[in-house]
Amino acid sequence: MNKISHRQSELAKHVADIVQELKLEQGALLPILHAVQDELGYVPPESVPFIADSLNLSRAEVHGVIGFYHYFRSSPPGRYTVQICRAESCQSMGSRVMEDHAKELLGIDFHETTADGEVTLLPVYCLGNCACSPSVRVGNEIFSHVDKIRFDTIIDGLGHQAVEVK
Amino acid sequence: MTRLFVPRDTTACSLGADSVAASLQHAIEQQQLPLEIVRNGSRGMYWLEPLIEIDTGHGRIAFGPVTRDKVGEFITSRFWEHSTEHPLYLGPTEDIPYLKNQQRVTFARVGLINPLSLEDYCAHNGFKGLQAALNMPAQDIVTCITDSGLRGRGGAAFPTGIKWQTVLDTPSDRKYVVCNADEGDSGTFSDRMLMESDPFSLIEGMVIAGLAVGADLGYIYLREEYPLTKQIFEEAIEIARVNGYLGKTVAGSDRQFDLELRLGAGAYICGEETSMLESLEGKRGEVRPKPPLPAVKGLFGKPSVINNVITLASVPTILAHGPAVYQGYGIGNSRGTLPFQLAGNLKHTGLVELAFGGTLRVLLKDFGGGTRSGKPMRAVQVGGPLGAYLPESQWDTPLDYEAFLAIDAMLGHGGVVAFDESVDMCEQARFSLEFCSIESCGKCTPCRIGSVRGTEVIDRIRQAVENEEKRVESIELLEELCDTMIDGSLCAMGGMTPFPVRSALLHFPEDFKSSA
Repeated sequence: MNKISHRQSELAKHVADIVQELKLEQGALLPILHAVQDELGYVPPESVPFIADSLNLSRAEVHGVIGFYHYFRSSPPGRYTVQICRAESCQSMGSRVMEDHAKELLGIDFHETTADGEVTLLPVYCLGNCACSPSVRVGNEIFSHVDKIRFDTIIDGLGHQAVEVK
Repeated sequence: MTRLFVPRDTTACSLGADSVAASLQHAIEQQQLPLEIVRNGSRGMYWLEPLIEIDTGHGRIAFGPVTRDKVGEFITSRFWEHSTEHPLYLGPTEDIPYLKNQQRVTFARVGLINPLSLEDYCAHNGFKGLQAALNMPAQDIVTCITDSGLRGRGGAAFPTGIKWQTVLDTPSDRKYVVCNADEGDSGTFSDRMLMESDPFSLIEGMVIAGLAVGADLGYIYLREEYPLTKQIFEEAIEIARVNGYLGKTVAGSDRQFDLELRLGAGAYICGEETSMLESLEGKRGEVRPKPPLPAVKGLFGKPSVINNVITLASVPTILAHGPAVYQGYGIGNSRGTLPFQLAGNLKHTGLVELAFGGTLRVLLKDFGGGTRSGKPMRAVQVGGPLGAYLPESQWDTPLDYEAFLAIDAMLGHGGVVAFDESVDMCEQARFSLEFCSIESCGKCTPCRIGSVRGTEVIDRIRQAVENEEKRVESIELLEELCDTMIDGSLCAMGGMTPFPVRSALLHFPEDFKSSA
């Protein structure tokens, strides 16, 4: 079996296991999409027909749901997902300047991934951390009072982790 | 053993509480110190986080902020022995004016207890409301809530008792209790805090709601943006289930109720109740027309109680102490308390629970301490991204649902975001429309298209700085567009986005005269 088809059959197995476990839940589609994205980092487009069949939905319906929610993605993200809050509380503490700086530093816009595949930059509208704005989320960690300097520190911190992992 | 409280709350952790706790734990083990760490929730004084407390045996004393870089010195100072001399010493926690001057009713336990200790919860009046409810006919529970004057704390302020009565009176083989924890408004974090710091109160409130209307299953729709909240709350559900507060025999009775937590997926609109129902059913979060009301035909087509986290978490105390006590707080038709959230450019940000009736100025100055930047405060947005921007002339408006409506503003979920003089109100108005265009569900045209056209018109206003005639024309067009959105939108997203836009135009017209 070549590498690509091996990877595809691996993905298909993950998705099949998840669907099998959750498909009898009421309103199962979102829990299934969450579980798939938790496991694989995204919802592979090739899994849509299978998910649709299993839930007795049309492909269009499943595709429509994936497209509706900002959180679900159809392609793999970078190694780190960095979310910058763009909402009002963070704006009041200078997030617009920090956001511009972040894009310049990483050389990407929102919804893009750095060329080395390390960082995907996403906007987010509130992390509930409004008492210590501006806020940034990396994975499941939230950072407070993020100005330009602190953003650099966060990104540098990722670099260190990356070195350690290697 | 002296008990040492180190908060485990999203904001406290974002300021280093986890690593401070780890450092303390390491020192305790290495040096065999007579200390024991308890991870409590946050007291809500976020400018002092990480705020560490010691239980002295006669009250708790506080230190803060004990940041990562200070924790080493903090330990070597043997703060637990020489507390009052330490530079981070704040005195008895309960005597800190920010906390002392609040009326903590719904948030009475928040920050005080270990959120995942049933023992702590019960020792602080936990499950008293449920015990009372288990001995009452369903109608009496609903009447108790109606008499308390409680209104929906998610923002719409609809009387909770009326909603519950409708569900109780609608016959069905199945009913649901749905908790809206899709706290998407910027400047709000009270749902998150409550679920992280006192999760059993929400569970108790939902069980009582189930008893009141005859539902045996509840869903909590939590936003994906709150990962720690999810972790803590799922643990709490499991603890409640294992200890018999959820399941086939609630608290040893013959009543049944269980809960499931479902995650949103980054869509602001899913905080709108009908959109949330669609999402829970596994569909695109598109708004449903009303009627039918969700209380009659809600989740999976069944009668459903839909309430915000704070509404449901207020229920146990109302049942435990009777409706009159809760009703005794507040003014006019705004009864009880509201946990206000002080956010944005304020020195003392945090959670302030107060009876309705104070003023915004008290929140901004006495509690908030003015701006964090030190520059003069210029505008305050209350009630999230659909709430109006208020200039200083309106800061004496009473904190009361109707008084805010009378000035085309809203209290909403109680979020207060302050801006200093550097704010560009034309840019803020533009953002309100941009946000609507990004988050609109797309079902109705005024919202979907109107928001996009609105941002374009604002861009034209800015470009027309040299051409007064064209500028005035564009402002008139923007006003007309606002009317269309207000009158023609299906839900509050399109229907209220004009409020911040209009308030910016009305109160800060000078910002619409210069190019950015």
